[in-house]
Amino acid sequence: MLKVLRDLLVYNREFAIGFVLTLGIFLFALAHFWAPMPDTAIYLLPPDMPPSAQYWFGTTSRGQDVLWQMSSAIWNTMLFGLTVTILSRLLAVAVGMLSGYLGGRWDQFLMTVNDTMIALPNLPILLLVYFVMRDSMSWPVLAATAALLGWNYDARLIRSVTLSLRNREFTRHAVFAGMSVPQILIRQHLPYVMPVIFFTAMNNLIWAIGLEVTLSVLGFSDINRPTIGGMIYWANQHQAIIAGIWWWIAFPIIAVVLLFLGLFLLAISVNEYIDPRSRLSRMGA
Amino acid sequence: MDGFSKYLAQRLFQFFLVLFLGISLTFLITKLSPVDPVEQSVSLMTSFGATDPRAVELMRQALAELYGLQGSLFEQYINFWSRIIVGDFGPSLSSFPTPVMSLIMAALPWTVGLLLQALIISWCLGNLLGALAGYYRSNMLLKLSGALVMALHPVPAYIIGLVLLLLFGFIWPILPISGGAQMNLTPAFSFDYIRSLILHGTLPALTLVLGGIGSWFISMRSLASNIVTDDHVVYAELAGVSSGKIFSQYVARNALLPQLTGLALSLGGVFGGAVITEFIYNYPGVGRLLIQGIYRGDYSLVLGVTTISIVAVAVAVLIIDLLYPLIDPRVRLG
Repeated sequence: MLKVLRDLLVYNREFAIGFVLTLGIFLFALAHFWAPMPDTAIYLLPPDMPPSAQYWFGTTSRGQDVLWQMSSAIWNTMLFGLTVTILSRLLAVAVGMLSGYLGGRWDQFLMTVNDTMIALPNLPILLLVYFVMRDSMSWPVLAATAALLGWNYDARLIRSVTLSLRNREFTRHAVFAGMSVPQILIRQHLPYVMPVIFFTAMNNLIWAIGLEVTLSVLGFSDINRPTIGGMIYWANQHQAIIAGIWWWIAFPIIAVVLLFLGLFLLAISVNEYIDPRSRLSRMGA
Repeated sequence: MDGFSKYLAQRLFQFFLVLFLGISLTFLITKLSPVDPVEQSVSLMTSFGATDPRAVELMRQALAELYGLQGSLFEQYINFWSRIIVGDFGPSLSSFPTPVMSLIMAALPWTVGLLLQALIISWCLGNLLGALAGYYRSNMLLKLSGALVMALHPVPAYIIGLVLLLLFGFIWPILPISGGAQMNLTPAFSFDYIRSLILHGTLPALTLVLGGIGSWFISMRSLASNIVTDDHVVYAELAGVSSGKIFSQYVARNALLPQLTGLALSLGGVFGGAVITEFIYNYPGVGRLLIQGIYRGDYSLVLGVTTISIVAVAVAVLIIDLLYPLIDPRVRLG
């Protein structure tokens, strides 16, 4: 695993850039554990200070340090994204592998449900859930809801991989050796599905973070918990753009765009690594 | 049954299943509420100020009926359906007594228009660029434009919209940033009105196009670069068919089929982007209606928009599915 990482870093420029970007932003987010002030405190500092030696990224109209706010915000946003990703991976893997391995009626049933879920517009449904739950909505509930809506594309992809494994020699050996279906799926097939899971996880993470930004920009989350979208929400509430407090809105946008770029570069380079055809064309074959 | 009618039956079945499951899901979600939606809505409405007590009573009745709070769960469910089939979501709370349905119907053409142009532009442009980049793999210009659209692809619509708004609204103010058309113009088939429509639609459409083009580009490029190595393309090259013809007839046409399926699958997500875009630019479509409904606690409006958007997306997917046989002879001939 470490060797693969080293090779990718040395030979794949996209992976290296993506890795450095993501790692940098992760370390920056990690720094919030050593922040000099609690991230929910407001009016602690002089408001509306432009970037200076004392406040690198300036302060907000609510008297917060933009730098430390961003650090916590990225951490919380990433936490949300990772929760969604892990939960939805569990669903996608379970449905995809069962559907591909069992085949027949099970496959038909699961894939019909799957295709139906794909055709539903996610955002209005999520907004309806938020609207109905309102005050009892916390970020883990929101993450679980997003995960329930975000697994279906990838289940299809995982199904197609399992489908091809099903007729392979080693699967038949496993069946004759008396392994149960869960055993075959977890011990024999899962290692082959792992790269696909990893690749889809990257894309799902990007989607989930985008969703978090979208929802909290609209104020549809716990607005007192700092997130990237939440920062932009408060900046809009205080009309930061019109008031000329550009640093309040520019720095969160730059941070989130860099994070997206980093994750996206990781995703495409990992995909390239998994798919040998694109590696061949890269080598000029 | 020949291939085509079988295909048609399958698609229609899927269409009705999406409607059935989507609307059942909406019903179930409304049952999640920890508080009584009727009392919540009524108290929210009366808190705006003096309200006619008769209107409140009427509202309480209509709401109880609308939210299907009378009878058993199954009866509530049937009641919910019967209201949806006739398109009756009751009056809107925030703009009483206008029915929710007429609010949605007034907003729907804006959203459909915006989405249609954004989808057509981003799908055509993304596919053309992607196919070219997959076919002429060493072209620097194509590589550069590819890198640009791919970098924009993961950025959520809100961020793209906000940056465009800052660029063209504040830093270099050349385009209107709010509304669907100029306020003081009456809708008419005149040069001024259409010009104002186009100007107001530019930034919202550009936001959606910039966000959407990347995914078409990526998948089209990989499809095209796979087809280029296929036997029939190699044979055509050896036989001396012109490269333009190979590109348009042999490579691009084959690669377009999965992209059309992709278009149908992406509609649900694209709609989400439109909701946000409409909110940023204050565009008078259903997305803005939905978010306003949430801010104002307008239960019937939120429920109505969610349901209608499920139906609208399902209809759009069905239309694309019905177009499919036109370009894929295998489906047409069975």
